Amino acid sequence: MHQHHPLAIETSGLVKCFGTNRAVDGIDLQVRQGSIYGLLGPNGAGKTTTVRLLATLLRPDAGKAIVLGRDVVREPDEIRRQISLTGQFASIDEDLTGYENLVLLARLLGFSRSQSKARAGELLDAFDLEDASRRQAKTYSGGMRRRLDIAASIISTPDLLFLDEPTTGLDPRSRGQVWELIRMLVAGGTTVLLTTQYLEEADQLADRIAVIDRGSVIAEGTSTELKASIGSGVLHVRLSDPAQRDAARQLLAERLGALVHLEGDPRALAAQVSDPDRVAAALVALSASGIAVSDFSLGQPSLDEVFFALTGHAAASADQSPESAL
Amino acid sequence: MNMTSNPRRSDVDQTLRKTLAARHAPTSPGAVANALTFGWRALLKIKHMPEQLFDVIVTPIMFTVMFTYLFGGALAGSTDAYLQFLLPGILVQTVTFTSIYTGFTLNGDISKGVFDRFRSMPIWKPAPIVGAMVGDTVRYTVSSLIVVAVGFIMGFRAETGASGIVLSILLLDLFAFGIGWIFTTLALTVRTPSTVMTLSWLVLMPLTFASNIFVDPATMPGWLQAIVGVNPVALLVTAVRGIMSGTVTAGEIGFALLAPALVTAICAPVAMYLYGRER
Repeated sequence: MHQHHPLAIETSGLVKCFGTNRAVDGIDLQVRQGSIYGLLGPNGAGKTTTVRLLATLLRPDAGKAIVLGRDVVREPDEIRRQISLTGQFASIDEDLTGYENLVLLARLLGFSRSQSKARAGELLDAFDLEDASRRQAKTYSGGMRRRLDIAASIISTPDLLFLDEPTTGLDPRSRGQVWELIRMLVAGGTTVLLTTQYLEEADQLADRIAVIDRGSVIAEGTSTELKASIGSGVLHVRLSDPAQRDAARQLLAERLGALVHLEGDPRALAAQVSDPDRVAAALVALSASGIAVSDFSLGQPSLDEVFFALTGHAAASADQSPESAL
Repeated sequence: MNMTSNPRRSDVDQTLRKTLAARHAPTSPGAVANALTFGWRALLKIKHMPEQLFDVIVTPIMFTVMFTYLFGGALAGSTDAYLQFLLPGILVQTVTFTSIYTGFTLNGDISKGVFDRFRSMPIWKPAPIVGAMVGDTVRYTVSSLIVVAVGFIMGFRAETGASGIVLSILLLDLFAFGIGWIFTTLALTVRTPSTVMTLSWLVLMPLTFASNIFVDPATMPGWLQAIVGVNPVALLVTAVRGIMSGTVTAGEIGFALLAPALVTAICAPVAMYLYGRER
């Protein structure tokens, strides 16, 4: 019954305040079972607080949250049986070895001594950590720590896994490994809610994305839908002569039919692009009107650009960041 | 999850798929098993950071040797006679001081990310705290044994022999576990481990010195004798002396356990409330 609830997470009007700061300010989410859902936003947007509310670590001040068919306020114990949390900062015991970490958690979950040891060995092996298994976790690299952290979360397979910024601070190789792990977990039937500051990560992994700003969802949809509203990419242009920037801005806006904004660099401009075909024409038009381009590039929009497109303001990290304050 | 360049990729993927295959947790192991697992965690920490035990080992040796030879002659006529009197008291002092570390380590521990994981797991909620305190009884036992060993080398003999010593250590462990809740509560209230330390000393200094650990209270002024008479540390010292000399009464043991029982009854619920609080 609870198992077959079609939504893994359903919230309405979720609110959490810390003093006068409304860290989560009326969030509505629907996360389908078996999917990967991404919460995208800058530091201090309320992503971590949302995760902590859903993982029963915090109690909401208002609104409702149903996780795996259960109410987070009334049935936190039942929810804890079916979820795992991988926090923003490693949720592992740094003083213990990788092996001891996993055995400890397996014992807490009720595995026998021998089962716990076997499971720990199996996970360390599968996560490519067997060489480091007898070392204290504090000696691990960022990528190894994350892998241990995720291994710790799946000692018994959770129905719902929370991953709070799983790849922040990882090198591209480790990031790729973590992504692959997440995909495999979901293939096995687990639902994943992840938070990220990287559009690319959300795009790569998430079936649906909610963009969060100042405690509210400002956009929600599949990655394709989001891109349709913010443009599939961003054209960055750097001019030889900064004096020509206004002219270039006007011309690009006309040719691309998109919003063009001026970057911090006085020679640089950026524009959301919905149709890449028009980029070439726009660049030709620039040079035809005597505006010299020193370089240009077309890429995925950064979080800043997503925010600019959605809100018209930059993704300034909130001054009072509940994430870092906690 | 391996790189395309890895020739074992398919093997590893196989292992990984198998490892990730759905598997559900066995039934919850229950409160006691959870707490004991956390006790094991405390022991693992000592194993990785044996320097934690330095204080536990050095301080009691220092106190026993220092007080016996400094004051023994003056207070009891001979160092041998004084040692017979002092050693049970030093045991109590050592274990009481050691119980501060429960709060000290917990305060640093609890702010770490791993506690988020513990809190989001289907385990007995007080287990991380109770388990840490259970693990600390190992510390109490170790420091007690060291005091006894040093005392033995210096010439101390318990009239009730090994059984007296075992019983004494059991009583000491119970006492320290009980009053440990004070420091646990403190650890959950204040921000830094060093504050826990400072406040704990403020509580313990008067308790250990305004007692019968070092001298017979008969020479003290009346008001101080009255204090010593109800000081939980002094009551424990009386019981331990009684156990070691074979004159202990059930009443003495009862009085010794009164304070830790009261502290547990009051501080344990407060500590659990503080632990359950959002942070």
